[in-house]
Amino acid sequence: MNVMSFDAALPVIFMALMGVSMLIYVISDGYDLGVGMLMHRATDAEKDVMVASIGPFWDANETWLVLGVGILLVAFPKAHGLVLGELYLPVTLMLVGLTLRGVAFDFRVKAKDTHKQTWDRLFFAGSTLAAVSQGWMLGRYVSGFGSGWNYPLFAGAIAMALPMAYVMMGAAWLVMKTEGELQRRAVSWARIAWAPMVGGMVLISMATPWVSATVRERWFSLPEIIALMAIPLMTGVSLFAVRAVLKTRHVLGPLCWLPFVLLILVFVLGFLGLAYSIYPYVVLDQLTLWQAASSPAALKVILFGTCISVPAIAAYTVFSYRVFRGKTGELKYA
Amino acid sequence: MDALILARMQFAANITFHILFPTISIGLGWILLFFRWRWLSLRHGDAAAAQGWLDAYRFWTKVFALSFALGVVSGITMSFQFGTNWPGFMERVGDIAGPLLGYEVLTAFFLEAGFLGIMLFGHGKVSEKVHLMSTFFVAFGTSLSAFWILALNSWMQTPAGHEIVDGTFRVKSWFDVIFNPSFPYRFSHMLLASALTCAFLLVGLSAWQVLRNVAQRSAPRVMRVGLTLAAVLIPLQIFVGDLHGLNTLQHQPAKIAAMEGVWDTERGAPLLLFAVPDADKRMNHFEIKVPKLASLILTHEADGEIKGLNSFGDAHPPPLPLFFAFRIMVGMGLLMLATSWLGWWLLRRTRWQPAALPRALLWLFAGMTFSGWVATVAGWYVTEIGRQPFIVYGLIRTADVVSKVPSAMIGLTLVLYLLLYAALIAAYVSVLKYMAEKPEEVLQMDAAEQAATPAGAMTSPVVPGAST
Repeated sequence: MNVMSFDAALPVIFMALMGVSMLIYVISDGYDLGVGMLMHRATDAEKDVMVASIGPFWDANETWLVLGVGILLVAFPKAHGLVLGELYLPVTLMLVGLTLRGVAFDFRVKAKDTHKQTWDRLFFAGSTLAAVSQGWMLGRYVSGFGSGWNYPLFAGAIAMALPMAYVMMGAAWLVMKTEGELQRRAVSWARIAWAPMVGGMVLISMATPWVSATVRERWFSLPEIIALMAIPLMTGVSLFAVRAVLKTRHVLGPLCWLPFVLLILVFVLGFLGLAYSIYPYVVLDQLTLWQAASSPAALKVILFGTCISVPAIAAYTVFSYRVFRGKTGELKYA
Repeated sequence: MDALILARMQFAANITFHILFPTISIGLGWILLFFRWRWLSLRHGDAAAAQGWLDAYRFWTKVFALSFALGVVSGITMSFQFGTNWPGFMERVGDIAGPLLGYEVLTAFFLEAGFLGIMLFGHGKVSEKVHLMSTFFVAFGTSLSAFWILALNSWMQTPAGHEIVDGTFRVKSWFDVIFNPSFPYRFSHMLLASALTCAFLLVGLSAWQVLRNVAQRSAPRVMRVGLTLAAVLIPLQIFVGDLHGLNTLQHQPAKIAAMEGVWDTERGAPLLLFAVPDADKRMNHFEIKVPKLASLILTHEADGEIKGLNSFGDAHPPPLPLFFAFRIMVGMGLLMLATSWLGWWLLRRTRWQPAALPRALLWLFAGMTFSGWVATVAGWYVTEIGRQPFIVYGLIRTADVVSKVPSAMIGLTLVLYLLLYAALIAAYVSVLKYMAEKPEEVLQMDAAEQAATPAGAMTSPVVPGAST
């Protein structure tokens, strides 16, 4: 294999950075959007606990989306225009959803009691709208914005499946961060969400090679397929482990963190599979990394800042999660 | 309507909505740090005063959280709209705009968002020192954010430090790009605008509290801080604004001509107090003018020359919106000057007891709660519409980088955004009013939230007084 020059490797580095930002975004905002989508199933007192459990984190979680889109914008300007042009309407709907969700967070506790219900509904609606739009966008992106009857169907399926995965994450987060009746209910929510989530994942794994020839060739050729089988196998094992853990009573005690961690593993594996399917394209079959990238000079300037700030960001994110570790208490109004 | 004007309107709607909230959070971060410091320094001495500062800190932290959340969500929208509305912009100037925006996210945005959680929910869960540092990082992050964004915006107004190779912009000197000719003026003008917006917000909401006879411990202190800040900073802002105007005259004379409604190049140009510039007939209607004053203000000479719009061909901004936006900004500034000086002097005579102030004055303060927003938005309209028809002044026209999305789609989403933003501004203002009227509930809510958030690492004993 030829050794890539540093300039040629720069777009690859940025693609990795963008991918990792998006992955962190999907995991971290995934659980808080999931919690939002579970709101309507909870009692008023439980709603307060649920919101308190994500309160200190959501701002920082959304920042990863800004970083991911920011890298797309600054490192791959041609792809940014193309992708966001294609996804104009779902992007708008997602932004409306995220806006409603984000402000409902703050308004619900500060508004008059009579308005609180409205904000709770908007919290639920905003979370759902954002998750569904993201699913649709992911579906369109993975299939390279193809046209034909099967493409919208494919995007529609992912638009249903991704919110389910978020709900699962949200439920697992609540299992980890709450206790008592709410924790028990979160376990049952997770068990309900398991089947549709897994069904969605299986469907997508089968449909992606069907809609895209590039992906098909990538995955179903020897000898790669043997090594690649590790990804679906490990995903399957993790998912069944999640179900098994949810059935034990330890999930209410010392193993409360396990479903959440296993689900993170599922997301990471899914991300690796996706990355393998798409590389070296930024937009499947249309635009490669190198075609879309900014000049090496600009990328180096950004890389310099990234090398300094990303470790710092990681450090204070860890610090924040440490400060707010442990179970969420009940909101008691004196 | 064509896609260009719709895309501009949509971007303007979003950026107008967005700037309202950073304008508050940039200044308020530092003010919170001040409240925090006053409480820390008094808590072992004057208990009543310390409690007043703590109440103020906790109440205004809630205002900060709300403003910050609105800033974050509208900021996310912006990061998408660069690409959806102006795809050609990043393709042409990505080498310059990319790193500046990237540094904003990497250095500032994460810093703010990361420490905000600890600042809002961590009091009593981390040591006083760590909490104070978190408050500092949030305040510093918001200002750093402004630094990068203003650097890029100023570069678009007065580009420098670059070279153009085959139509694409390359950086020659980052120092010249960042510290371009208009940056120091625009940056300080904006920071002062933010501080003044916060000052009048403090004064206005606490006047409302005094009128409603609530928050007796904190409102007088907050009002004194707000009025003092306003009285000190407004003359400084007028001075900086004048310097900024002179800088604009040097680098963007067409903008000045539009602001002043000057069509033909003339010496000893009059200052128009009122007029209705007509871009079709290329003349002004209903002029009311003071002879030679515009030349005197802008060139500091009675017979100084001011270039007219007609000398720029079609490469000048539309004069009507600039003319009025500029007068709204200046008028608001003068009103702020009069109100803050009069108010400060009268409040001092009452020995800082606002309850003793004439009620008419308290009503005036309350009426000016959001005066900073009006002035800031008017000012931004002057500078941004004043850059037209260019997106990078003199080098790239806005029309050349606009998106090819069908105009019906842009129109539809524009309506969606406008409805959403109108509803959110109404909700924000009414929630602030409600919070101001029920400060006790806000403080109770705050205590309950603090108690509910997972305790985690307890690095110091819980602060006495912080949980009451």
